[in-house]
Amino acid sequence: MRKPGPRSRGTSRRRFVAGAAAGALAAPVLLGAREGRAAQADLEAAIRAITKGAAPREGRVTVEAPALAETGNAVQVAIKVDSPMTAEDRVTAIHILLEQNPEADAGHFALGPRCGRAEISTRLRMFSPQRVYGLADMSDGSFWIGSAHVEVTLAACVDIEIK
Amino acid sequence: MTARIRVPKQARRGEIVEIRTLLEHRNESGWRRDDQGKAYPRNIVTRFVCTYAGEEVVNADLRRGISSNPYFAFFLRAAETGELVFRWQDESGAIFEEKARLEVV
Repeated sequence: MRKPGPRSRGTSRRRFVAGAAAGALAAPVLLGAREGRAAQADLEAAIRAITKGAAPREGRVTVEAPALAETGNAVQVAIKVDSPMTAEDRVTAIHILLEQNPEADAGHFALGPRCGRAEISTRLRMFSPQRVYGLADMSDGSFWIGSAHVEVTLAACVDIEIK
Repeated sequence: MTARIRVPKQARRGEIVEIRTLLEHRNESGWRRDDQGKAYPRNIVTRFVCTYAGEEVVNADLRRGISSNPYFAFFLRAAETGELVFRWQDESGAIFEEKARLEVV
């Protein structure tokens, strides 16, 4: 039996929990710190590509997601935006972003005038415990962002054969 | 590939109606490997569009972060009796289409 080294699961997990408790962005458990920073850069680049460089404001967007997911294969999330959805004041698009996935943007949902509520639900592939971001484009040109953290026990990259 | 959709048959004018859709599709990301270590060829659903009486409700540009059997739920405002058309397209060029009728009273 191999003895757990200094980088054992227990240590990184404690560090992870401590980091989360400190309110910091969660330290990636499955990726090294360098990859973690790269992923963060990808997320920021994906946000800038949507907002054309503008910084989105925090608020108005609620991300409903499970705090703990058994596997990352299909994590159900709902992105809800506070908006009256009238012709003059509405959400024109909702974007879903994943801070630690190999591809930061998961989907871009343009909402037409027939859309009755600024809300989208879908299921995501998640590669590690991470934050799910919802970014909303408003008809007045502003951008709003919200997020939720999902702890993933088994990442989507090791998923088993789907029958 | 089968599309499963849930649309109420009837709604009152102005009512906000939930629409749920699921396309049975592997939505293969190209990230998954078989037991020989060979990657399954990528073929994801890149586009999902729902129209109501010819007007778009949702038009989604999709990436690899969406799970297999892509599921989407959203809301429309019932305005008139009309047809709902659901359309998915994957990277092989295959198109899947499903229709439903919403009666507005």
